[in-house]
Amino acid sequence: MENNQQTHIPITGGLAKRIIPCLDVKDGRTVKGVNFVDLRDAGDPVELAWNYSQQGADELVFLDITATHEKRKTLVELVKSVARQINIPFTIGGGINEIADADALLNAGADKISINSAAVRNPALIDELAKAFGVQFVIVAVDTRHVANTNIVHLNGGRIATDKETLTWIKEAESRGAGEILLTSMDHDGTKAGFDNSFLKVVNDAVRIPVIASGGAGNKQHFVDVFEKTNVDAALAASVFHYGEILIPDLKDVLRGHQIEVR
Amino acid sequence: MIGIIRYGAGNIFSLTSALDRLGIAYGMVHTEADLKQCDRYIIPGVGHAGAAMKKLEQTGLVPAIKALQKPTLGICVGMQLMTAYSEEGDANLLHIFPNKTLKFKDSEHFKVPHTGWNRVHQEKENPLFAGIPNDAHFYYVHSYYIEYSDAYTLASTNYTLPYSASIWHNNFYGVQFHPEKSGVYGETLLANFSKI
Repeated sequence: MENNQQTHIPITGGLAKRIIPCLDVKDGRTVKGVNFVDLRDAGDPVELAWNYSQQGADELVFLDITATHEKRKTLVELVKSVARQINIPFTIGGGINEIADADALLNAGADKISINSAAVRNPALIDELAKAFGVQFVIVAVDTRHVANTNIVHLNGGRIATDKETLTWIKEAESRGAGEILLTSMDHDGTKAGFDNSFLKVVNDAVRIPVIASGGAGNKQHFVDVFEKTNVDAALAASVFHYGEILIPDLKDVLRGHQIEVR
Repeated sequence: MIGIIRYGAGNIFSLTSALDRLGIAYGMVHTEADLKQCDRYIIPGVGHAGAAMKKLEQTGLVPAIKALQKPTLGICVGMQLMTAYSEEGDANLLHIFPNKTLKFKDSEHFKVPHTGWNRVHQEKENPLFAGIPNDAHFYYVHSYYIEYSDAYTLASTNYTLPYSASIWHNNFYGVQFHPEKSGVYGETLLANFSKI
């Protein structure tokens, strides 16, 4: 054995906090601006995904915003291409409304799916998906906003308020069979002012399934803060990675420097 | 050629994609005749161990699998099937290993399913882990684990307690994590298995 000495192992064992770049995809192409120097084709989600996996991303999320009736076919082809070439887990979200959508994506090689508005409209979908494919396959994505001292679930990128209180909804999703929660604070999203640590801590303490923090990442310290202050399992961001403002190896060095377990 | 035992438990696209990337030849095993065509085997599996065992029994391959003399690697539920028993479905399994598959106990600091990248501590020297640093991270998704055993645990992970990340007995190997999703080291492990 090269190394039998005890390394610093936190109370949760060696389970690493996950760093997850999120890619928006439309008609099989990435849509948000991407600013990697080495990419031949910044619009190619597979090349971008491969690049992230080489950088040390722990997982990837693809959010499909295609609105055409060709959607499922395009998406299945994309998922197959990603699964063929990427050696880390990935999640597909966007417009999954029924078991058949999920089944097609699973067979194409997706590790997990993420459902958002479809679950709000039809909460029993969570039960059905968990029963059919296992809880580990089902991420429930929740977009939340502070409204009059409470947290309210929103749809359509934060534009439409629902009647659901966010923590109540998250606990319902957990009890129905969500395997993970992807929580996006729409108040923080795009601000680059840091994650919504106070609410993320409330949520993380209230559930027994992994929580992925999203919305507000602007610098490396924000990732340190979200892990130290909330103990969430993973942090997701898009533009800070796509524009090269944060490089994943540098981010992991900083996290390691704070004794946060990373891969 | 690696024979992938097919019994209807889970999707294998990610596994075959990893083998394709590595240039490792494989074929599908549905019958005993298929078994004879291969020089080693992978038992994949995701989902419910009790249900998976029922499906495996329906193939009629159970006696032949138990009698295999060539290198055989169980992955995730495929490894759990090689143990004697699982709490998942209160099921008797292949009993290639005498150990039990147990559910993670509820505890304050540990979420279940155990999801993500955790350290794998190599307890013994074995070519399966050649070229892989000790305590490297591998990708896990599971709610049940195989108990630690001095005799059979090849590598351990500590999550609520130390358990079997990998088991080994003669020609039989198992890994609880997903090598096909575990980055470069996962691919190294699959390549190592193809040469054992």
